[in-house]
Amino acid sequence: MELAMTVGLAVFQIAIVMGVVLLSVAYMTYAERKVLSFMQDRLGPMEVGPYGLLQPIADGLKLFFKEDIIPSSANKLIFAIAPIICLVPALIGFAVMPYNETYAAFGGEAGVISDLNVGLLYILAFASVGTYGVILAGWSSNSKYAMLGGLRCGAQIISYELALGLSIVGVLLLSGSLSLREITMAQDGGFWHWNILLQPVAFVTYVISAVAETNRLPFDMPEAESELVAGFFTEYTGMRFAFFFLAEYANMILVCCLASVLFLGGYEAPMEFLNFIPGFIWLAIKTWALLFFFIWIRGTFPRVRFDQLMKFGWKVLIPITLANILFTALGVYIYNN
Amino acid sequence: MTTDFIPSNYLPVLIFFMIAAAFGFVTIIMGKLVRPQNPYREKALPYECGAPPISDARQPFPMRYYIIAMLFVLFDIEAVFMYPWAVVFNDIGIYGLVEMGLFILVLVVGYVYAWGKGALEWD
Repeated sequence: MELAMTVGLAVFQIAIVMGVVLLSVAYMTYAERKVLSFMQDRLGPMEVGPYGLLQPIADGLKLFFKEDIIPSSANKLIFAIAPIICLVPALIGFAVMPYNETYAAFGGEAGVISDLNVGLLYILAFASVGTYGVILAGWSSNSKYAMLGGLRCGAQIISYELALGLSIVGVLLLSGSLSLREITMAQDGGFWHWNILLQPVAFVTYVISAVAETNRLPFDMPEAESELVAGFFTEYTGMRFAFFFLAEYANMILVCCLASVLFLGGYEAPMEFLNFIPGFIWLAIKTWALLFFFIWIRGTFPRVRFDQLMKFGWKVLIPITLANILFTALGVYIYNN
Repeated sequence: MTTDFIPSNYLPVLIFFMIAAAFGFVTIIMGKLVRPQNPYREKALPYECGAPPISDARQPFPMRYYIIAMLFVLFDIEAVFMYPWAVVFNDIGIYGLVEMGLFILVLVVGYVYAWGKGALEWD
């Protein structure tokens, strides 16, 4: 009976979270095209539905009905499952994301699918698994562009994962927990309790590494369309191609969601008197503000060179994050004594 | 909320994993019913700007990728050591602070060495 309840609650929450994530992915593509268009003084998609609002659905349907081409020289099995290896980690990272205050549902407590005490480590671990999908896709295609894209992507992601992981240590020092719910609750009671005020350097390094980690402009070397066609997914078509897109955007939403939780108080309201607005709306507002920022920098900055990217990651970000950890530890120690 | 009995906490994660994987496989298999399928030799060739591909794509690639990967493993293990340290930092006080200072110092020595050797260059 208890097992049935646990499973019911889990399925209920997974349905909500996955639905919201997939919908956000769809409308993130729309938002991206629209915002970029407005920045370039164009209208963007206008044809499908009012203001082009049904465009993402039309795009998804189109890809669903497209032929699935598998290159003759590819490793068929790896080629076929690489998009799924990419997609699954991007989705299940949300399992530990606290999206609301605890509420009762199905005779249990809801608000996060599973409040793992190693939540943060879990997200980082699965984010690394996603890299395998990219590298396997690049390698198994047996195409030169895909190969180069996959290699670059691997090097870039592992380099910036370090900076990303090290940026987070500062927050852990302040909150003393790896559970995302506890990190959120430690920032309760107004925006002056948010970690961003105590960890501004970590926030900046986190956002920069997150942009690189999700292969976004100005760090989109793995898929640089003007030199590598499309990078690691050059050979993909139809639904498998769509899965890479889905994974990329889901990852983007994941890192922005994580940034909201770690630095911007997650589902907590910025002021006490705004507590009547439910937590998930606050989380959505913060996440979308960061997503808008991602689009904004895409519309503003030119692509950097690959050597500049690696140099910046290894020679600038890592020393800064290490220094930040030491200073934070010193600060926490002095404050406590 | 967090219990010591780990499996009950990981059950929802396992369910999520299965649902996400099922979503992927089912979508692709369902698509098979409606999408066209007529491959021919030219269509199945890897893309190389329209010309027939020359040679295999799996050729030797620069050593730098290996070096970066090795450095990553070193630094990532470092980062993994820092997580538990950061979580219990309040309980271990000055001892933890000095220990981590030394730990990072050792790391920085290796980092400076790698920098000096040019392992972080990319050109």
